[in-house]
Amino acid sequence: MEGETASLETVSYQCPMKCEEEKTYPKERICPVCKMDILPISNMDSKKIATDEISDNSIFNLTSTWNTEEGKSIELVDLKGKTLVMVMIYTTCKAACPRLVADMRNIEKQIPENLLSDISFVLVSIDPETDTPKRLKEFAIENFMNDEQWTFLQGTNNTVREFANVLAVKYKQISPMDFSHSNIISIFNPQGELVHQQEGLGVDNKETISKIIETTKLTN
Amino acid sequence: MNTILRLSISIILLWGSIANCQSKMVEIKGGTYIPLYGSDSLQVSISDFYMDVYPVTNQEFLEFVKTNPKWKKSQVKKLFADGNYLVSWESDTALGTTQSQKAPATNISWFAANDYCSSQGKRLPTIDEWEYVAMANEDIADARYIENYNEYILSWYEKPKTFNNEIGSSFKNYWGVWDLHGLVWEWTSDFNSVLISGESRKDVDNDSNLFCGSAAIGATDLMNYAAFMRYAIRGSLKASFTMKNLGFRCVKE
Repeated sequence: MEGETASLETVSYQCPMKCEEEKTYPKERICPVCKMDILPISNMDSKKIATDEISDNSIFNLTSTWNTEEGKSIELVDLKGKTLVMVMIYTTCKAACPRLVADMRNIEKQIPENLLSDISFVLVSIDPETDTPKRLKEFAIENFMNDEQWTFLQGTNNTVREFANVLAVKYKQISPMDFSHSNIISIFNPQGELVHQQEGLGVDNKETISKIIETTKLTN
Repeated sequence: MNTILRLSISIILLWGSIANCQSKMVEIKGGTYIPLYGSDSLQVSISDFYMDVYPVTNQEFLEFVKTNPKWKKSQVKKLFADGNYLVSWESDTALGTTQSQKAPATNISWFAANDYCSSQGKRLPTIDEWEYVAMANEDIADARYIENYNEYILSWYEKPKTFNNEIGSSFKNYWGVWDLHGLVWEWTSDFNSVLISGESRKDVDNDSNLFCGSAAIGATDLMNYAAFMRYAIRGSLKASFTMKNLGFRCVKE
């Protein structure tokens, strides 16, 4: 990689997560804060840094497969490379989910348009039996969440439980049609590491939004 | 003569070790009961299933780790287990010197327990299943109203360090299941459905009649303080947490 650059004289290295903000180093090493390999600054201009390393804390360590609303079968790692804004809902929910979904739309609306292609908004169903890909697709259309940046996921009872455990989301089926659940919106960086969680309904989205923008710009 | 004797001894030993490898299960006949925290209808229906007779032991978990290196303590991902995972083990493949091989495996995260059961074609029990079996004493299926049943459990909660006692050292219940009370707490598949932790009061859209502030009032049986303790513990856990007095066992359909 280095051989290809013509001007080798002043390559400086920086943590891709900018743990120490703009601090640079003259040669390769690991970031003293997050322990990631620091990268030549020129490399960071290119979008979606090509580190194949998945850290210990990344949700991409989960190897379960999921169905999308488009009927595709994916693993979470297929979402790698974009900032992820994730929430758990179920489509037959009448109480909190419409507000959670509204919160998600609200957040999305406030993201500068030029960043949207680097962000995925992911809604994971906690009711995989009812929420088939077809049902999720209908829900997406009804709720104006059918654009590229929205993804809906159907898992199995076990994979959903595992995923909820990673997010520390609690839920319980309280009747055939209803679930009690935590209202948590989680943000992951493009490497799948949790960077922020917003808890509660109708709370001020400001911090969440700035965190999404900051996370996305870091890799932009 | 000597050879025959030796041969038969070795056969007995071999048979013994095979029987040991396969953790025994017993059938649990399904039924309905009212758990501490009910669903809408309060009654919960349990289908027939099989449950491990004993909690998974240190020795069994060690074998599992040897064949599943991702669960070695040096290799486990932080996402799946906290820093105390297998903390008492001397190395990746050796128990600690004070640990008994036949004591329940503890300092195991939910993810590790879940994977262990899957690897055997089994799964973790649900809270409702676990509680259903655990309400039995030696003689009857539902002993929750029997005074000395509750006293036994509560006196265990007060005893320190029971996690290093060997399996089969507490009591065998009505179903033939050992050690549900007396050695360690146990993981359940849906432990995170208990909505009574501090934070859940603000971030959960639960029906307040069912969960919110239901710490005492919502309990079907106010006397059932022991069960309440278990729900409280479950409500405070995260799946990567590991504790010295938290083990697990598996079930299957």
